[in-house]
Amino acid sequence: MIKFSERQLRTPKLMRPVYLVTAGQSKFDRAMPEKRTEELCVDALTMAARLIDKTPAELKSYIHTAYYGHFADHFGDQLLGEAVIHDRLGLDPLGNIGVKTGGATGGSTLWETVKAVASGYSDCALAMGWERMDEVPTDEGNHLISCAADKDWETPLGHIYTGYYAVMAQKYWQVFGKEEESFRRTLAEISVKHHGYARFNPYAQAPMKITVEDVLNSPVVAYPLRVLDCCLMSVGAACAIICDEPTAIELTKGTKNKPLRIWVAAGSHTLRPACRRDMDIPLLPNETPDQYADLGERFPGGDRYPGFTGFLGARMSAYYGYRMAGIVDPMEDLDVIELHDAFTISDVQSYEDVGLRPYGYGRDYVESGDCYHTNPRTGEPGRLPSNLSGGLIGCMHAVGATGIMQTFEIASHIWNRWAELHGDPKVWEEFGREKPDDWTDLQVKDAKRALAISHAGVGSHVTATILMDPDHLLKEDA
Amino acid sequence: MSIFGTVRVKDGKYRIKGDFHHITPNTPIRNEDDGWKLMGVTNPREMIYIHTYGGEAPFFESVSQGKILGTRCDNPDCEFKGTTYLPFRIHCPDCLAKNTIVDFTDICTKTAKIHTFMVCERSGAFNTLDKPIKFINVEFDGISTILMSYLSIGDPKIGMRVVPIFRTVNPTYTITDLSWVEDGVKAEDLPEGFSFG
Repeated sequence: MIKFSERQLRTPKLMRPVYLVTAGQSKFDRAMPEKRTEELCVDALTMAARLIDKTPAELKSYIHTAYYGHFADHFGDQLLGEAVIHDRLGLDPLGNIGVKTGGATGGSTLWETVKAVASGYSDCALAMGWERMDEVPTDEGNHLISCAADKDWETPLGHIYTGYYAVMAQKYWQVFGKEEESFRRTLAEISVKHHGYARFNPYAQAPMKITVEDVLNSPVVAYPLRVLDCCLMSVGAACAIICDEPTAIELTKGTKNKPLRIWVAAGSHTLRPACRRDMDIPLLPNETPDQYADLGERFPGGDRYPGFTGFLGARMSAYYGYRMAGIVDPMEDLDVIELHDAFTISDVQSYEDVGLRPYGYGRDYVESGDCYHTNPRTGEPGRLPSNLSGGLIGCMHAVGATGIMQTFEIASHIWNRWAELHGDPKVWEEFGREKPDDWTDLQVKDAKRALAISHAGVGSHVTATILMDPDHLLKEDA
Repeated sequence: MSIFGTVRVKDGKYRIKGDFHHITPNTPIRNEDDGWKLMGVTNPREMIYIHTYGGEAPFFESVSQGKILGTRCDNPDCEFKGTTYLPFRIHCPDCLAKNTIVDFTDICTKTAKIHTFMVCERSGAFNTLDKPIKFINVEFDGISTILMSYLSIGDPKIGMRVVPIFRTVNPTYTITDLSWVEDGVKAEDLPEGFSFG
């Protein structure tokens, strides 16, 4: 479909306000032979209870339905894993359902959970996501991930998903990067930033103090993408508790967690990027039709939208989500974000899709220093810090958990609990990880509004999760 | 002695012959750092899937015969009538009418050029292509979509003219039977089993 009806473009509306009350996560790592998946889920739910001063049993007594995100049955060789987890969490006989939308599974799980509460079906619902990618060797893991491409037309071509992104990297580099070496260095800078922020996150599996040269000299996976341009393969779990207003107030009374308003919107696009047909750019509230009229003149080849340079699914998730929550200009209205940095190139593409920069100018978000906690160019706070968790490149990509981890991360800033959650020496010790001497508090001061993008395939499913302090809403009837 | 599993269709049903799975014993996983205590087991699994191409079967048959088939929406009531598809789409994504199968071999041979590409140094398990794999996405005049494939001869560049080649000897009946070479390559230089059709 390349034209959309007004009905299809209607701004989604939740039937009542919905709140994120608490969240939790396990340690993330490449392999965890010492724990079953259910143990990781118990770790996440126990943490969520602890953050609102409840025992797990007390928190469970509020849960009415459960939504489970688990992308790849074939990785764990367990169909209906959600039934196993639900039983082990002691939540039978409550209704539950599994959600799987590739890399966006975590975000999609939140999408479903929020709708369950908004509709009135449940007053309190659990969103839990997990993945374990350590049950097969890496090359078989790459094959299993490539099965998320079209099995007849794409998967047999190399059996490696990185390749399907690399063709976009090449095209983006030619069209919007103008084949400049400086653009390649900007991509590498993203990896340096995300591995660097992971150093301050005890849950993160790939903390690294590296340079742009290290990234550019790392082994090629699929040219122009190198090992350090790519996200991680991970094991771990994350969860969130979603409530209506009375339940949220009751659960958080006297605790450090202020209930946060939550909205989730979703978009999609063909699994095969080759099947993308040309269309007009759906505009975000901060864009005008004329600003893209000469895009092809400024960037030859850039007039083919979405082509191989944009993600329509990401654009549509922001298109719906911003209008639901009243966001006009994300750079002005948001304080912190987590983007789905599956690859450095897709991170840059997302900057444009979600309106941080106009199409063609994504690199400026990095080069200006806006994306940093502290802008290295000015020494001042970054204008809109991104991926302070370390993202998928530095922290983890335990697929079903990723979108929930991102949401927990941005919530921790609005709750003003980032330092407490990431700096506690006991957590570092428990995970067998050494807290660096230069550990830095990445709390974004006075954060009130935030965004997390969860993204699947080559943009097949994308969700935008928006959190706001309820005293700092942008729209009265949101 | 086991027989490799094969399948045919007779009277609308799959008729299978041979072994579709092989049983290999589990082995224990023990912790070398903790007294060789048991941590888990390996679960060997070898099996053959039975997969239908359904309405796309003509494409995969035609490639083995040196042709590239695509489709076109000819529904007079469709707002996007005349839109052409390669990869092959059985139904029009707009009106859902069944598309008409069209032979695009000539257009592909005369107009194909590289839209974008990448060179893949690594692959996942079960890859059958020689590395590095030169992935190319190919665009054609008059066709609304782009085709993902691989370049067998030449150094890929965006905008480069390429022509299709086909594995017509011992075809695999998969998308890997279709490949591309830079314009000007001679027939005698093609990879074994491939021809210009």
